[in-house]
Amino acid sequence: MNKQTKRILTAAFVLFVGIIVLTGWYLSRHTIPVLEPAGPIAQKERNLMVFGVLLSVVVVVPVFTLLGAIAWRYRESNHRAKYSPDLEGNRILETIWWCIPTAIIAVLAVVIWRSSYALDPFKSLSSSKPTLHVQVVALDWKWLFIYPNQNVASVSEAAIPVNTPVDFEITSDTVMTSFWAPQLSGQMYAMPGMETQQNLEASKLGSFNGWAANISGSGFAGMTFKIKSMSDAGFSTWVASAKHSKRDLNASTYAVLARPSSYVPPSYYASVTPTLYDTIMLKYMMPISGNTVPVSTEAYQ
Amino acid sequence: MSDVPAAAVELELRREREATEKTFVGFWVYLMTDCVLFASLFAVYAVLHNNTFGGPSGYDLFHLPYVLLETFALLTSSFTCGLAMIAAQKRDKRQVLFWLGVTFLLGLTFLGLELSEFRHMVLEGNSWRRSGFLSSYFTLVGTHGLHITIGLTWMAIMAVYTWKRGLTDQVRKRLTMLSLFWHFLDVIWIFIFTIVYLYGKIGV
Amino acid sequence: MNALFAFDLLGRLGWNQFPTNPIEMGGAAAIVLGLLFVLGVITYLKRWKWLWKEWLTTQDPKRIGVMYIIVALVMLLRGGGDAALMRVQQSISVGNNHGILSASHFQQIASAHGVIMIFFVAMGLMFGIINLVLPLQIGARDVAFPFLNATSFWLFFAGMALVNASLVVGDFSAAGWLAYPPLSELRYSPTVGVDYWIWSLQVAGVGSLLSGINFMVTILKMRAPGMSLMKMPMFAWSVLGSMSLVAFAFPILTVTLALLALDRTIGTHFFTGGAGGNAMMYVNLIWAWGHPEVYILVLPAFGIWSEVVSTFSRKKLFGYTTMVWAIWTIVLLSFTVWLHHFFTMGAGADVNGFFGIMTAVIAIPTGVKIFNWLFTMYRGRISFKTPMMWFMAFVVIFTIGGVAGVLMSVPAIDYQVHNSLFLVAHFHMMIVGGVVFGYFAALTYWFPKIFGFRLHEGFGRLAFWFWSVGFLTAFVPLYILGLMGATRRLDNYSASLGWQPLFIVAGIGVALIGIGVAFQVVQLVVSIWQRDQRRDLTGDPWNGRSLEWSVPSPAPFYNFIKQPVVTVRDQFWADKQSGKKPMQEYEDIMLPKNSGLSVVIAGCAFLFAWGMVWHMYWLSLLMIFGIIITLVVRSMNPEPEYRLTAHEVEKLENARKRQLKTYEANV
Repeated sequence: MNKQTKRILTAAFVLFVGIIVLTGWYLSRHTIPVLEPAGPIAQKERNLMVFGVLLSVVVVVPVFTLLGAIAWRYRESNHRAKYSPDLEGNRILETIWWCIPTAIIAVLAVVIWRSSYALDPFKSLSSSKPTLHVQVVALDWKWLFIYPNQNVASVSEAAIPVNTPVDFEITSDTVMTSFWAPQLSGQMYAMPGMETQQNLEASKLGSFNGWAANISGSGFAGMTFKIKSMSDAGFSTWVASAKHSKRDLNASTYAVLARPSSYVPPSYYASVTPTLYDTIMLKYMMPISGNTVPVSTEAYQ
Repeated sequence: MSDVPAAAVELELRREREATEKTFVGFWVYLMTDCVLFASLFAVYAVLHNNTFGGPSGYDLFHLPYVLLETFALLTSSFTCGLAMIAAQKRDKRQVLFWLGVTFLLGLTFLGLELSEFRHMVLEGNSWRRSGFLSSYFTLVGTHGLHITIGLTWMAIMAVYTWKRGLTDQVRKRLTMLSLFWHFLDVIWIFIFTIVYLYGKIGV
Repeated sequence: MNALFAFDLLGRLGWNQFPTNPIEMGGAAAIVLGLLFVLGVITYLKRWKWLWKEWLTTQDPKRIGVMYIIVALVMLLRGGGDAALMRVQQSISVGNNHGILSASHFQQIASAHGVIMIFFVAMGLMFGIINLVLPLQIGARDVAFPFLNATSFWLFFAGMALVNASLVVGDFSAAGWLAYPPLSELRYSPTVGVDYWIWSLQVAGVGSLLSGINFMVTILKMRAPGMSLMKMPMFAWSVLGSMSLVAFAFPILTVTLALLALDRTIGTHFFTGGAGGNAMMYVNLIWAWGHPEVYILVLPAFGIWSEVVSTFSRKKLFGYTTMVWAIWTIVLLSFTVWLHHFFTMGAGADVNGFFGIMTAVIAIPTGVKIFNWLFTMYRGRISFKTPMMWFMAFVVIFTIGGVAGVLMSVPAIDYQVHNSLFLVAHFHMMIVGGVVFGYFAALTYWFPKIFGFRLHEGFGRLAFWFWSVGFLTAFVPLYILGLMGATRRLDNYSASLGWQPLFIVAGIGVALIGIGVAFQVVQLVVSIWQRDQRRDLTGDPWNGRSLEWSVPSPAPFYNFIKQPVVTVRDQFWADKQSGKKPMQEYEDIMLPKNSGLSVVIAGCAFLFAWGMVWHMYWLSLLMIFGIIITLVVRSMNPEPEYRLTAHEVEKLENARKRQLKTYEANV
């Protein structure tokens, strides 16, 4: 190894260490929602990620080591290395590197199957507390949250009681988008005429960022929301203050709400027409006449 | 040509044979891609065939006797196409032209019947705009009809070639590919007949 | 039906369709001025006749390949420009500052970036390289259907022209590179943008499908005598696998695009939100094509690595048979994994679980290939020329990206990172690290064979380092951003999230890549300038193993004087070892005549698509007739070949040898 190569390698090494240090400092000063879960679903998802990375290390480390070692040893300037130009196969080696990855993938397959069921977003979480149902409607470009049992609604903000299972029932009255609050759980698509679910629970108090995770038009970057987890008392206060808002959510106020707007600050509705959510979905499945809910006559276009 | 060495003639023949093989393999691969195309349309139909959005379903709209007539026309045309190919093998130009003509007329009949069926449905308000089911019905059956139209166009052109140039090697090669295409469309129709019309009528 | 016959000659075209904001006008100006410049130079040099005769009407796959690659590299500049704009926007658009691009414009750029890179850069480079190399490698003179080959290129060109036309008049789709409905339906995307998207992909896609058929038949029926399938070079195997995928997957794309077009044109309800439409079906269909598509792109790249690694290690490829099996396992499995692109669409635990497992399984044959390459290097004599350096970067980047992919094969993990920048980092590592680096290596590797001189090695290395370091700088931060909640395609974000520094770092990375690209341009220019010093006088500049190195450089338009007879794998290497010299027997060669009809067909296709986009249906109808008539005219020509006599071949060879002598004297 000549002097110039040594210098370059040293510089690269120093740079590399510097980058690691800087990155570590940066990471320590910021929240990494996926890696800092605030609920059991997100936590299990993170644990899976850690496990996956560790499993991958079993393959990655040998590959990088071999790459470096073989490239170095068998470089053409190294005349001491053995040269076997006709070496074209080795049953043992090939068996090893088919079997080991297969074994790793087999382990992963079991994990995949089990976790698909365990972390199925449609599965209710078991708890001593009753599940809170929140209906979610994706609009252009904000999120509407309807609390059918509390008879209130909110926009851009959802409050949930801590340590309580929540069942978000999600649909869309616009295009396909995705409901994602990473500190609490993975995402779930919101689609017109369909209902999906995301069951989750918050195990910490706090305000957690949410995003629309599928492009839905020009205002989609402003389609953020927050999920606030509160104590039971805090949640009741939140509901009560919503009930003191000036507006009710009915067909005409909904029609106003559904008009395109983005970066919408939190707002509340004191009551909700009980059939509203169902009609929003149904109008995509069956032709609806009369003045029930249709947002626009072009709903079928 | 008499003083061309035998080796050169043999080389020519071998090249011709290889060229013909190449063309047929290529055409088969193309037919398989067309198969995937129709398979996708069938998959779409399978997903959407119940999405009537409150409108009529296949059960309400399809008339099996009518479809039987269409099927008869198309299947017979496949048979007459086969007769044309036998005549081509026998180098009988007039027979080829005759059976090609009959095939053409039967194909045209099929197309006419189908277009009439479509027209009837559209005039009654059951066009492709009405529901997902009708969209997928018109597109699947319509794509087949479009292929038939292309086949008929090709057939007409081949008839002209046969008439003007006679049954040369190249003309017979092309007639073979045309007949492969025509039979393929027949097979697709059998699937359509079964999956769309028969299943639709028994209400599956 | 009325619109067909309406005398609405210009459809939706109007003066308001030209761009009005500065950046868009800049883009339009670049296209128009660039085009005028090229046309001007050709006119000034009085080269129209030469261009038409030698290039535009050619049926020589080597020339067609060069044209594909030129188009692809130009589109790389455009796609890269789109990327740079996106990085700039995302570095500065924080909080109340909404950057230099409106949200809709940003989304159009993001969509165009993806479309251009996949369909016109990656596919273009792929078909270009296959055209250049494959016939030579299998000892053939041409592809199975030369006219079809030319037509495929011109259809590709027409698709490219449409995408670029969208910069000048009208707008482009803002619905992402795959245009999911209902966003891409008329109601939510009423402008011409999505129509441009549909038709440019449809036209280019037909070209791709035809090429798929063409290359499959070429490999199956036109190999040199004695070259059984198991004696083919690995690149040829990878092309066969990839083209089989093309044949099976592209018809699905054709159907899907057509259905969306029907929704937007005649009011069908395939994917609309209501009236019985099913947007989820679109997602399934598009990915049933989309997943095989990425394997279509990567398999030839894998084949290239097999060639590069074995040549530059001066050793036989390790485990030839298993490599072939790995290719076909990948081909089959690539049809069983598509749902992993939308685990979050709510299909249920069993469906998600199945597709997750299949996705994990497909990692096995892919990973195995890496070990085979490493052990090809083992006990070799490795020369680290640029192609080999690209390979080293590939292993690093592809492995990291692959790990991310294996993580995402677990549906529960994917729920968190789907559609985030984590995903974006993953697929860029696979496509750039795997596909693009592979094609870059191929360009350097086979350049001398096509042009007769080598590329400048020094600039190649500089380009490599800037590309590799730049790429890692641009994309590693994206993994972190994804984990921080950054969704893809965002044109603005809140300052409190702390994402900006990472976006800035990523922007620096793109700048470094830009320098790398600049060095590639410099490399090309300098190499052409200094070509006399870099002449490839032997035809075998790298001490190669396969048949393409047995012909002189640049390869003559008839490829071989006489088709070689093959008895072993790596026949040329074996011949060199045994001291066997090529025979100097001349024979008559039949070659396809040039034809301008491919250009006409593509021109008709372009105008057909133009008519569909702008609702000038009379034009589209006319163009259908145009294509039919052109095909009939083509069919009337019974012998589109000409004979190059043995005597003429001998004269050409002697002229070449004289030329070589003058080159030798100059060096």
